[in-house]
Amino acid sequence: MTGSGIFNQVMFWLFAVMAVAPGFGILLAKDIVRQAFWLLLSLVGFAGLYLHLGADFLGFIQVLVYIGGILILFLFGVMLTYRMDVPLKEVKGWGLVFPGIIAGILTASALLYVASRTPWNAAAKATAPTVSAVGSRVMSTFILPFEVISMVLLVALIGATYIARRKEDKGRSEE
Amino acid sequence: MEAILLESVLAPYLPAFLYFAVVAATAAGFLIASRLLGPRRRDPLKLSTYECGVPLLGGTRDRFSVKFYLVAILFVLFDIETVFLIPWAVEFRQFGWLGILEMFIFLGILIIGLVYAFKRGALKWD
Repeated sequence: MTGSGIFNQVMFWLFAVMAVAPGFGILLAKDIVRQAFWLLLSLVGFAGLYLHLGADFLGFIQVLVYIGGILILFLFGVMLTYRMDVPLKEVKGWGLVFPGIIAGILTASALLYVASRTPWNAAAKATAPTVSAVGSRVMSTFILPFEVISMVLLVALIGATYIARRKEDKGRSEE
Repeated sequence: MEAILLESVLAPYLPAFLYFAVVAATAAGFLIASRLLGPRRRDPLKLSTYECGVPLLGGTRDRFSVKFYLVAILFVLFDIETVFLIPWAVEFRQFGWLGILEMFIFLGILIIGLVYAFKRGALKWD
């Protein structure tokens, strides 16, 4: 953890709880829109943790792209689908509990193994804001990847336009 | 107290945190105050969905047009473009005209995509 002041401690626990606790909300909420909003709270918590680690650029991107962009896509995706009023098929007895316990134990042990092997004290000690460092690297050392990224974005842009527009044209001809 | 605050990496964000705290407290305050002070007389009309005073047009979970999703995808793509604009805007002076040229090549390539989307009518709302 960067710094040991009481303010740091308080903010770390605040963000940590904010990042993890909404997971229960996502699991327990019945409505998918509510689940999306719980996810929003969790993503805000992670943005705070990134800031806490001194990774300010990552924190900004988290807010800008994940909270501002990806979550909007989630909600639009929900809006595009039919609401299922058909009740989900209930599985009685041990049909779900047993595989659930096995999957839970496997996931938990994998996470614990990774957590126990990670040298936590070696975590980055950021001294300066990372945005300007990222900026000057992108403009000089990584200029080629930077320009290639614009090609990747271009491909995504054209692909999304092509697919969505084609579907709509098809829908119109069927009408 | 001040020394404790300043030694933290989070110190520069203190105004932002205070802002969020005030916003959250205000929102929670309004909700709590209306719950404590507001009268609650429930009837079917009052519990129905409020849509700016006009009669409801179907349910809240009707399917929306795919056009919304296309706009959302385009928004995310240009959002990612912004991700690269931010560090550039902080550092471009250091590189002079070269830095400006680099970013305009980046933007120029993306504008090809925007022109394509425009020509295909992806931004049309008919």
